[in-house]
Amino acid sequence: MTWLAIVSAGVGCYFLKLAGVSLPSRVLEHPVVERVADLIPVALLAALVAVQVFADGTQLTVDARAAGLAAAVVALLLRAPFLVVVFVAAATAALLRLVFPGW
Amino acid sequence: MADAPTSDLAPAERHAIVRDSLGVGIATGLYGVSFGAVSVAAGLSVLQTCALSLVMFTGASQFAFVGVAAAGGAPLSGALTALMLGTRNTLYGLKLAPLLGFQGWRRGAIAQLVIDESTAMSVTRTSRAAARVGFVTTGLTVFALWNLFTLIGAVAGNLIGDPKTYGLDAAVGGAFLALLWPRLSDPRNRVIAVCAAAVALGVVPITAAGVPVLVAGGVALLAGVLTRTAADETELPRR
Repeated sequence: MTWLAIVSAGVGCYFLKLAGVSLPSRVLEHPVVERVADLIPVALLAALVAVQVFADGTQLTVDARAAGLAAAVVALLLRAPFLVVVFVAAATAALLRLVFPGW
Repeated sequence: MADAPTSDLAPAERHAIVRDSLGVGIATGLYGVSFGAVSVAAGLSVLQTCALSLVMFTGASQFAFVGVAAAGGAPLSGALTALMLGTRNTLYGLKLAPLLGFQGWRRGAIAQLVIDESTAMSVTRTSRAAARVGFVTTGLTVFALWNLFTLIGAVAGNLIGDPKTYGLDAAVGGAFLALLWPRLSDPRNRVIAVCAAAVALGVVPITAAGVPVLVAGGVALLAGVLTRTAADETELPRR
């Protein structure tokens, strides 16, 4: 099941790219298409941040991940590169769990 | 020199574009290590992790896929989220096609390289030759390193034991925020981001894992169809 999802989503993502370089560019000129295409990544990424940090199964929780996210915000405000932001988030959560086991 | 698509590139300009593209390509490729580690922590095998980087090859979709898996969501939810995020590359392709002008089998091959970084390094060039150098150099560098470092991260991630000890679960949230961050300079995007996060968290208690993110994607669809603001410049990755 996991393999099926990996292959179908992977091949699907390739065809989304291929469609872009193959379709006539006037497809883009429809304002609704342009707006939706613009908004979808923003909404999905924001939802992914929220769910990854504050959800535990079907429960909402605040734990060491929230502290990791706060540290990531600080790193981004300081214009840190991607890898540093990810590392800072992980290290913050790891250190907190070292001090407060089980958090 | 603008609009001189067939002109050859001056060596100095070519060198400058190659140097910038390699820099972006190396920086991006390296963070494949975080994807590899996060993916095996989410329960995927090393082989599955490497297959995602090879076939899917678009970072945000890959992180989304394993993020849903980590939360215990159905693989189908992960696949749908990955595909919705992948529509971004269709948009990039539409902008790039007339600029790059690849035809036939070359178009099929370079399509896989259409990602945030290769688009950012080519879409602003003023000649076809310059755009092609930026696109191909960035795309191939990211492809090679992203796959190599995915493997390294996945193997290392398998060796370290409980991923929570190392905060790898918190790394995923940080990764998504870093991907989202450049888009938040637009006030409208900030509103959408807050609404999407709130809606997703709101439905967490009543839906299966993976579904809240899809519901938030539906919010974006609705907002895009219903709002009547003037069409803005389509957002491209900024560096």
